[in-house]
Amino acid sequence: MVRNLKVYRLCVFLRRGLMYLVLFLFCLMFLLPFFFLLTGSFKTTSELFTVPFQWFPKHWTLHNYEAVFTQIPFWRYFRNTMLIVITTVFGGLTSNSLIAYGFARLRWPGRDKVFMIVIATMILPYQVTLIPLYLMYTKIHWVNTFLPLIIPSFFGNAFFIFMMRQFLVGIPMEITESGRIDGANEFQIFLQLIMPISKPVLTTVAIMSFLRAWNDFLGPLVFLGSDNLYTLSLAASMLRSKLDPNWELLLALGVVMVTPVLILFFLLQKYFIQGITMSGIKG
Amino acid sequence: MEKTGKLSKEERRKINGSRMRRREAKNGFLFILPWIIGFLVFTIYPIISSFYYSFCNYSVINTPKMIGLKNYINLFKDPTFIASCKNTLFMIVVGVPVQMLTALTVSIMLNYKKLHGTGWMRVVFFIPTLVPTVVACLLWIWVMQPDNGVVNTMLSYIGIKGPGWLASPTWSKPAFVLMMVWTCGNALIIYLAGLQDVPDSLYDAAAIDGAGFFNQSIHIAIPLLRPTILYNVVTAVIGVFQWFAEPYIMTSGGPSNSTMFYSLYLYQNAFTFFKMGYASAQAWIMLVVAMAIILVLFKVFRFGQEDA
Repeated sequence: MVRNLKVYRLCVFLRRGLMYLVLFLFCLMFLLPFFFLLTGSFKTTSELFTVPFQWFPKHWTLHNYEAVFTQIPFWRYFRNTMLIVITTVFGGLTSNSLIAYGFARLRWPGRDKVFMIVIATMILPYQVTLIPLYLMYTKIHWVNTFLPLIIPSFFGNAFFIFMMRQFLVGIPMEITESGRIDGANEFQIFLQLIMPISKPVLTTVAIMSFLRAWNDFLGPLVFLGSDNLYTLSLAASMLRSKLDPNWELLLALGVVMVTPVLILFFLLQKYFIQGITMSGIKG
Repeated sequence: MEKTGKLSKEERRKINGSRMRRREAKNGFLFILPWIIGFLVFTIYPIISSFYYSFCNYSVINTPKMIGLKNYINLFKDPTFIASCKNTLFMIVVGVPVQMLTALTVSIMLNYKKLHGTGWMRVVFFIPTLVPTVVACLLWIWVMQPDNGVVNTMLSYIGIKGPGWLASPTWSKPAFVLMMVWTCGNALIIYLAGLQDVPDSLYDAAAIDGAGFFNQSIHIAIPLLRPTILYNVVTAVIGVFQWFAEPYIMTSGGPSNSTMFYSLYLYQNAFTFFKMGYASAQAWIMLVVAMAIILVLFKVFRFGQEDA
């Protein structure tokens, strides 16, 4: 009996050890590209291309980072990106909260059926609308401006509407009723009673909007024509498609582009994860 | 109603009630007005237009000319189109299951309470999804280099000569599958959340019946995760159809059209060759096929039916 117990314990220990090892290896696989991005950005040109592969640079150099800020108009691209991102986040926060409020806190005939339509638009592929939108924007001379990237965010986004609506539905009606008794109109109730207690979902929407805009590639590619309007993503891909791309610069640029997102993530981890899970565990 | 000066309590309440309801309805309409406008302008109008364009010959400079079903017929005769369908199908049939299995397995292991110190791993798996697409592409071009890329170097440590990856027609798609797996963080987080909803009492009951970890996982956790799995698979399939930035930046569809995916060809038709009608037809085919696949997936996962 005792020997069996010892064997059993050993088996359990081995199995758990194996699982831990597998997980650890996976983690390594996921992290390795980042490690590589980081070390590569500190290498000189010759070191980057040596065969066999070198794990660490022999000469750590900041030259590539210098190049990022001097050889390309980094701050112009950064300014363009930030402009788009900030207005998109603002548009997303205002429009989606208003719209979700209309679906969650007010009763009107046909409300739930229309909400179903909102959800249905979530699975609509962008390709079906992209071409006519592009043609429409061309006609009104919005192409080669930031407008096609910014304006739609002021008209709601199905996913964010859904997310906020789920949250707002959970707020007790007593709050609204007390506001009505005090004689406030609906907009005042919205702004002064409901929004202040919606900070968690608003933060999540803000973060997800930010990410979408910061990482957006197709939008800028289709709608921005001239280099002085390029966003960071677009500029990076343009640099890569040149005949002789400067890889050290690209790697350093990559690090610079990833860092703000990582910092934001580590500060606000809770909201990132919340946003994803709220979408997956829908009603 | 009597024509007296005063209204009875009930009548007054009715009138006030319906006035309030009307006001609420008006407010409701006003609040969702931005969405209504956006829906009409950015969704309905484009959908109808692209449907119309798909039956036309339309290169931006001229006006659209009706040509009936020619676009659709030509698409199916177009070898690049057929190649793009095959490639996208490959990603759906191979890439999605591989990514899903990885996310599912890892999440089940991470959820295993007796395995301590794994909380930080959740973050590690999630971070790749935060990286801007362009940076991820640049990174993977680099990592997949045949001569001194990280992947082939690691393979050489265990004595395997790594393939050409993005430069080889046979290995280019598996390279993309690897990249898909790397970005499974979203699905993983959702699985973890779903797993946490499974009450411990179920696991305990199974343990009493003698089920070990693997049995427990397969027979308890996975069936209960069915809606979550369905959601993740549908999302992944839609994602594959819309995959654009990665092939555009990394391979431009090559080598030999081995990575010409559906959305990339659509983009080329629209914005490189300016065959708007042709591309619109492509978009509509994609819409119909995607809807069909989603319906099939719903059936396969028996969504909405409760098992005993």
